[in-house]
Amino acid sequence: MAEYKTEPLKCWPKAKELRLKYYKDYQQAREKGGIRWTGGAWSFDAIPAGLGRDVYNVTGEPYAASIAFDRKLSLECLEAAEAKGWARDLCSYMRNYWGSMYLGKYAFGGDYPDPDFCFQDHICCSHGKWYQHVAEYKKIPYFCIDVSVGPYKDIDENRLMFVVNQMHESIEWLEKVTGRKYQDELLIEAVENETRSTSTWAEVCCLNMAKPAPLDEKTMYSLYVHGTLAKHSKEIADFYEELRDEVKYRVENHIAAVPNETCRLMSDTQPPWGFLKVFRYLEKYGAISVGSLYTFGLIGIWETKPDGSWGPRTTPMQKGEKITTRDQALRVLADWNLSKPEWQHFYDPNLKTDMMLQIVKQWQLDGVMLHLNRGCEGLSCGIMENRLGIAKAGVPVMTFEGNMGDEREFDEKRVMVRIDSFMETLGVTMQNTSTAAP
Amino acid sequence: MITAGIDMGAKYIKAVILKDGEIAGKAKVATGFDSTESASECLAQAAKESGIGVADIKHITSTGAGRKSAPNINSDITDVGAAAKGINHLMKNVRTVIDVGAEEGRGIKLEETGKVVDFAVNEKCAAGAGAFAEAMARALEVSLEEFGKLSLQSDKTTPMNAQCAVFAESEVVSLVHAKTPKQDIARAVHDAISSRIVSMVRRVGINKDVALVGGVSYNPGFVDALSRALEMEVSVPKDAEFVGALGAAVVASERVQS
Repeated sequence: MAEYKTEPLKCWPKAKELRLKYYKDYQQAREKGGIRWTGGAWSFDAIPAGLGRDVYNVTGEPYAASIAFDRKLSLECLEAAEAKGWARDLCSYMRNYWGSMYLGKYAFGGDYPDPDFCFQDHICCSHGKWYQHVAEYKKIPYFCIDVSVGPYKDIDENRLMFVVNQMHESIEWLEKVTGRKYQDELLIEAVENETRSTSTWAEVCCLNMAKPAPLDEKTMYSLYVHGTLAKHSKEIADFYEELRDEVKYRVENHIAAVPNETCRLMSDTQPPWGFLKVFRYLEKYGAISVGSLYTFGLIGIWETKPDGSWGPRTTPMQKGEKITTRDQALRVLADWNLSKPEWQHFYDPNLKTDMMLQIVKQWQLDGVMLHLNRGCEGLSCGIMENRLGIAKAGVPVMTFEGNMGDEREFDEKRVMVRIDSFMETLGVTMQNTSTAAP
Repeated sequence: MITAGIDMGAKYIKAVILKDGEIAGKAKVATGFDSTESASECLAQAAKESGIGVADIKHITSTGAGRKSAPNINSDITDVGAAAKGINHLMKNVRTVIDVGAEEGRGIKLEETGKVVDFAVNEKCAAGAGAFAEAMARALEVSLEEFGKLSLQSDKTTPMNAQCAVFAESEVVSLVHAKTPKQDIARAVHDAISSRIVSMVRRVGINKDVALVGGVSYNPGFVDALSRALEMEVSVPKDAEFVGALGAAVVASERVQS
């Protein structure tokens, strides 16, 4: 059994502090005369950033994931949503979020802070409706950008402009509903930050190709989340660079996330947030999930390098391109986001299988664990086809049922038994050590 | 060398004693409320049948839903691994095992050596398990044994649309009210269970030979329905219910030798 050295991440306290500050800033925005808005983690958050430096947002999915992690609060929220008549098979993030809104309870203490407007984009079937309901319930304005232009490999000028034109329109709308004058220089700064943060996150993920892996996926969940909160912010872009440097150091010094790493896996879709112990259970076998298309590509922006490998997408700044106008900034922003890996399979599940197999090969994985996530139709759509594609490629794959945000749909005991069976098929046995960082 | 396997099933506990690679004895006891006590009793019965004492057993391996609660075990193995090992010990040509117990159905694809290549398990749904057949037999007021045989008397396909055991029972009641003959209802129920099981097993791929193990393999109505759904012959080994316990005993032998 391999025994690598391990140590906690030095930037872990900062990661926690940044996340809590984000939620506090949003809560206290009005006391400072600022604006607060809500939308999805995939919303074009760089655009409202042009309204001023006192504009704060809360993105719905990570907020709902925080609720789901607190199983007692989550149950209250889910029941509150069900009491309003919403079906139990709707997006569980959406139901947790709505429940928090109905109950008037903020997951980070105090009352639910009412947003001033909703700003969203629409790729998943729930995204547009989620904030339409928030806007109607809270009687606030709502703007949604339709990004249904097909996979990035098929993007042409017309498709790109379909999104860019809506972005231009959204800025006029923002000026109208907030009464503020829009500042293009803040937009440009936010777009540059976004390309920097999301490309740097991909760089961090690439470092996890190392054996032993410097990060395990459970830890990565607490780090990728910053990109889902405010990928446009300088603080987050700077933090990701600090994280990348520390992870580089870990790779150079063979500092492992899991000291007994013997088997490398990847997962898929959001995990059952109330049961992250699944990942700790894996460690009893010396198995580590080193990431997933979800963790890598939800906010990470990638490109295929000349040698066919996957790597961080080159930013405009790295190419020596200077963004000087609103139109140029919006074109970069649209093009950048349309290349997001996690958007591609909304158009074709085969694209997802290809990307997953690329990860299996490049990150040298021994198997794949697919979460059949009943809470997210968007990311689970086509997942059994992915399973088939992965199995056909000769890669061991297991599935387990659950729900990212509704613990009532997760059978902990059965999932653990299934993991035992999968570990047996991989030929790994339970070990005694299970100390992981952080 | 003497080893034992205990299968801590949801409804019954099964034990097999293996002596120099041959089955020397076996026993089956209702799981009941105190599964640990039942397991001890089951093992003692199997040992008695084998003409040995429990103390003579070199290594005991448990499997099944309650495998961690089995008493005095040396190791354990999952249901999937045990079923594969057990069938491989009995029928070397089998490449797909369908294991249907009281509460769970499993499809397992295996290699020539008995190593598991892929598997699928039904969960959160009783519609593909033995408990479903029992409930439907109760609804028709026949014993489970009669229920299986009744099914073979029908050659009529009656569709059952419910995906859930509870709603399927309502559907059976509707068929009863519609004066549908009992044998046709029995066949419809077995067709419904086998269709769910086959759909699950197809996920891992079906390679010949195919064997059915687990308690439900004693139900001839289900075996018939499964063969028709798969459009191929399904082998049922002797003492199919004990295959998991046998597999655990085989693993116990391997672990002693390694």
